[in-house]
Amino acid sequence: MSQPITARPAGFFRDVGSVAIRALQQLPRDLEFVLPALAVPTFFLVVNIGALQDVAGFTELEIDYKAFQLPVAIIFAVTGISRASALVLDIQDGYFDRLLLTPVSRRALLLGLMVSDFVLVLLLSIPVTILGFAIGVRFPTGVLGVVVFLLMGASWGVAFTGFPYAIALRTGNPSAVNASFILFFPFAFMTTTFLPLESMTGWLAEVARYNPVTYLLAGLRSLFVGWQFGELAKGMIAIIGLGIVSQTLAFSALKSRIDGR
Amino acid sequence: MIRAESLTRRFGDNLAVDSIDLSVERGEIYGFLGPNGAGKSTVVRMLCTLLAPTSGSASVADLDVSDHPGEVRLAIGVALQEASLDPKMTGREIITTQGRLFGLRSTEISKRIDELAPLIDMNAIDHLVGTYSGGMRRRLDLAASLVHNPSVLFLDEPTTGLDPPGRLRVWEEVRRLNRELGMTVFLTTQYLEEADTLAHRVGVIDHGRIVVEGSPAELKRSVGDDVVVVKVAGDSDRVAEVLAAVPGVDRIERYEHEVRAVTKDGGRALSPVAVALDRAGCVVDELALRTPTLDDVFLHVTGSHLEGGDT
Ligand SMILES: Nc1ncnc2c1ncn2[C@@H]1O[C@H](COP(=O)(O)OP(=O)(O)OP(=O)(O)O)[C@@H](O)[C@H]1O
Ligand SMILES: [Mg+2]
Repeated sequence: MSQPITARPAGFFRDVGSVAIRALQQLPRDLEFVLPALAVPTFFLVVNIGALQDVAGFTELEIDYKAFQLPVAIIFAVTGISRASALVLDIQDGYFDRLLLTPVSRRALLLGLMVSDFVLVLLLSIPVTILGFAIGVRFPTGVLGVVVFLLMGASWGVAFTGFPYAIALRTGNPSAVNASFILFFPFAFMTTTFLPLESMTGWLAEVARYNPVTYLLAGLRSLFVGWQFGELAKGMIAIIGLGIVSQTLAFSALKSRIDGR
Repeated sequence: MIRAESLTRRFGDNLAVDSIDLSVERGEIYGFLGPNGAGKSTVVRMLCTLLAPTSGSASVADLDVSDHPGEVRLAIGVALQEASLDPKMTGREIITTQGRLFGLRSTEISKRIDELAPLIDMNAIDHLVGTYSGGMRRRLDLAASLVHNPSVLFLDEPTTGLDPPGRLRVWEEVRRLNRELGMTVFLTTQYLEEADTLAHRVGVIDHGRIVVEGSPAELKRSVGDDVVVVKVAGDSDRVAEVLAAVPGVDRIERYEHEVRAVTKDGGRALSPVAVALDRAGCVVDELALRTPTLDDVFLHVTGSHLEGGDT
């Protein structure tokens, strides 16, 4: 007789992989939630450029307004994308319990989802960037610039997922998760979405100064000028800072859902 | 294999499980019988590491559930009360994900899928679970619980909502796992018949407490004796006389057109009764053996009938 098949811990990385594979398998079945994620940034890109290109001519921009708007479209495409609503459904139909009954590493349950989020937001950023090319945006930083552009956008997307995951795990309520998209608005609009920081005034300029998106946008936009490592570093710090806050919320929500019962 | 000492769980003011002691031996099928809200699922969830006890302790496969939850999970298979499946996955994806998380290699997972084929509807294995019937879902859920060859299996109301053939299939499978693999099974049920036919030992739980425990036969014997019921159209005096003379009959009870012989062991008394009646030339309309059911046990210990009981 051959060795009997028995259970053993799979190991942390394999756990993350298994959770991610399952989430990625689901993506084609959840197109109804993926497609709007592409429609929104496309719409804003076209409208913003069409409506504001001439107005923006009055301000001093280092770069073309189309290039100025492309990072905004990326942020719109990736911010708030997550598997949080799928996670709530897992909690509701008991599949989350089934996962908890396996020896899977608890942290892998969230990290695996984020790996799949990273893949998805990267996939979403590509057509948006291609659209940018189509309307004439060019990268003086070359192919490497494009890669950095995509990776920074995707990292931001993943850093942000902590908020919807925290809400999903705390409430287990689909409506609460759906409402979490409201968080997107202050981040996405109280910043240099339409105008550079120098042209902004009053309280909005003040808020924008504390909004990490401001630095992220500056970093992304710098790639249309040339390699400005200071700008890129500030952008990365903004991503990491937000990531620490949001992921701390998410992982402590995970812990309290698992232990608190 | 399963032990609990003063296991207790509160939800706010609600004492859902009240200081339960349990001891289930290796290779045993233990039936946990009780009405809605008795605390069955809460006990199961504590034993399989999903829920922390408020106080008391429990161990499964000789491992404390609070101190070594990871090791306990490797040893147990669990099918919770509601089939815990994702409707947007296929049967194969569910089993495969489950196998991976239990550390199995792909070849091992394929082998297990073949072995579990009697439980899984192989025609539908690549269809989304959302398209499955309730019975298919339950069996897939059971298959998913078994992927890693657990040594202890927890089943929370495994046949609730199944039609009679579906119920029989699950019973067969549970018996087979227990007989062929020596799997220890802890199952909860609201069905008297299920506890009676499947379990080696039954614990009756009501309001969070185990009110009585024992083998189905012991429990039934404890509430009363067997009764051989003889329905007669004609001379019931003669029948009563004959019955009273049969060895093993302790007492005769008489009703209109009915004579009852009370005995410790109805199975053994039945044919002597039949033979004696025949010899005496008594004409009998109906001869039946009535044994106490687990519902009588439940009634005896709690003062109410077990709701949802079907026997
Ligand atoms: N998560 C929870 N939060 C609050 N109360 C709970 C929770 N789970 C169970 N209870 C309560 O604990 C008690 C026991 O519930 P439990 O689900 O264990 O019963 P059960 O015997 O499994 O019933 P059923 O046959 O209906 O499944 C009930 O009063 C129930 O309301
Ligand atoms: Mg229950």
